[in-house]
Amino acid sequence: MSRAARRGAAPRLALPAGLQVLLGVALVAGLLWLARGLPGVAGFWRWAHAHFDFLAQPAGFGLSEGWLAFDSGEPFWRAFLAGLVNTLRAAVPAAVLAVLLGTLIGIGRLAPHRLVRGICTAYVETLRNVPLLVQLLMLYFALTQLLPDSTEPLRILPGVWLSKGGLAMPWPVAEEGAFWPSRLDWPEATSFNVVGGAALSPEYLAIVLGLGLYTAAFVGEIVRAGILSVSAGQKLAARALGLVPGQELRLVVLPQALRVIVPALTNQLLSLTKNSSLAVAVGYPELVSVANTSLNSTGKAFECIAIVMAVYLTLSLLISAAMDVYNARVALRGWSS
Amino acid sequence: MTQRPLIAFAAGAIALATTLAAAPAHAGKTLDAVKQRGAVKCGVTNGVAGFSAPDTQGNWSGLDVDSCRAIAAAVLGDAKKVEFVPLNSQQRFAALQAGEVDILARNTTWNLTRDASLGLNFTTINYYDGQGFLVPKKIKVTSAKQLKGATICTQSGTTNEKNVADWSKAQGIPVKTVVFESFEASFKAFFAGRCQAFTTDTSALAGLRNKEAPNPDDYVILPELISKEPLAPAVKRGDDEWFAIAKWVPNALIEAEEVGITQANIDELKGSSKDPAQQRLLGTGDDLGKLLGLDKEWSYRAIKAVGNYGEIFERNVGPKSVLKLPRGANNLWNKGGLLYALPVR
Repeated sequence: MSRAARRGAAPRLALPAGLQVLLGVALVAGLLWLARGLPGVAGFWRWAHAHFDFLAQPAGFGLSEGWLAFDSGEPFWRAFLAGLVNTLRAAVPAAVLAVLLGTLIGIGRLAPHRLVRGICTAYVETLRNVPLLVQLLMLYFALTQLLPDSTEPLRILPGVWLSKGGLAMPWPVAEEGAFWPSRLDWPEATSFNVVGGAALSPEYLAIVLGLGLYTAAFVGEIVRAGILSVSAGQKLAARALGLVPGQELRLVVLPQALRVIVPALTNQLLSLTKNSSLAVAVGYPELVSVANTSLNSTGKAFECIAIVMAVYLTLSLLISAAMDVYNARVALRGWSS
Repeated sequence: MTQRPLIAFAAGAIALATTLAAAPAHAGKTLDAVKQRGAVKCGVTNGVAGFSAPDTQGNWSGLDVDSCRAIAAAVLGDAKKVEFVPLNSQQRFAALQAGEVDILARNTTWNLTRDASLGLNFTTINYYDGQGFLVPKKIKVTSAKQLKGATICTQSGTTNEKNVADWSKAQGIPVKTVVFESFEASFKAFFAGRCQAFTTDTSALAGLRNKEAPNPDDYVILPELISKEPLAPAVKRGDDEWFAIAKWVPNALIEAEEVGITQANIDELKGSSKDPAQQRLLGTGDDLGKLLGLDKEWSYRAIKAVGNYGEIFERNVGPKSVLKLPRGANNLWNKGGLLYALPVR
């Protein structure tokens, strides 16, 4: 028993499984590169070159928004990179929203107050049981219908406009050639829309809110299950020590619940990242959208799909690696599973 | 325990390698397959008015649909023996390459990249189109040159998306394109007011304005065309016999218009015509069918089933249809258009 426990206890230098796979791939790729002169290996690189050299050609299409500026004259690989950045730009805020809101909902479902419990239960049961794609389209078309027309944008604050074009606000920009931003670009209302500054487009809002709200329902259930997994005796003991409910939750229940929550939460974050591929349906230019356009203009269907697969696989492995590290920290010391 | 991910990776790599090594399917005889199946599999859109769209009973109609029906009539003797396979713009070429459809008639633009790199052969242009813009009247834009700074909705994976980028660059008019995976989502977003303009081939713009707009009079198609969009059906490469059939049936339909054979007069002419050009199309002259692996009356059946090209145009996209498109470039070469049938002889 004690031997098994000792063997199971993670050695200090153990790498998370996800990183092992990635390092394995990098190692194989590195070896193939070093051995590129060898007859069999040279064939592989010729094959790879023949299939993926289109990445260096100009893409010929633009992207409507994104952190990484992209112009239609730039090559395909940069379009894919901009798409990946856009995927993260949507997935990260959505994940933060999902975890924060999900935790509140999970706690709310166990609240003593009946109304709070009822609202949280209704939220979970509704959002969990409607397909995400349908929710995204609903949200998107609701947003585009409800927002004020682009010809008559609503001025919320000086320089902040709300319209069907999204929420436009001043944004620092760099002068030509400079790296650091030096001045603010103010949005202006023209005769038919708002130009300049930075805008949170309806597409972006739809995908972030849609993914965040949907995943929060699942996170809520995980948090609830985690809290319920802490034995009642612990809570009674906390109360016997004179802790108030807030302290009981923070100091006794959550630290123990996290052991149950984190592995399941990892799965939800993985799903969220992969689900961000649905953004293509509401016009947000993320990785899959870029791949779709690229495969159509080049006909390289297999290659583009392979890139998308590789990127999502890498992202997922990185997320699970990070969560593994976090899990090792919250796991009860001396225990191993 | 630490081995497992590496084993999983190795297994994945082997699976991938096997997929890549698998050779493409043999170049089978499409004609034999079609005869055996008793139906032509025709790749169409999910619904573009005038080109390929199902009605409430699920009957397909349109210019592209008639291209397929004509081939079914020529090959199988029955224009109804067509299985329609709705494909979105991302699926279309893969479906043709995989042999899921015998012919792709899905308002597809013929250009060099597609022709040379997608393993397909375009047959004959069945519609000369061009890309344009649809805008709401209230933004008071009368020319595409005024679209500076505008947001433009379109469908992803189309030549339209790239044409806008080219046009924007060439004209120095910066625009933002919002692209949607489905055609439906793209025009719905436009009609909801998300974009100041919608762009696609003008034939489709006319259909959208007349069928989908909340009020057609609130929208206007701008005069500029920013691209050439010759639309043509395509077949998979590697089966020249089938390619020849798919190429010559539409040529026969155009020639039928040139020599004055219509759906209405075809049976009368079959008994009476002394004109050798007419006789060849009616199946009463030289037997050209056997050169295509068909019988003598192949073109007679195709014309009788769907009419000559002019009739197909009138019915689906012309003044009598919802699209109300003028004949324009799609008229015969001797009437000011671009249609010129290769001689069926």
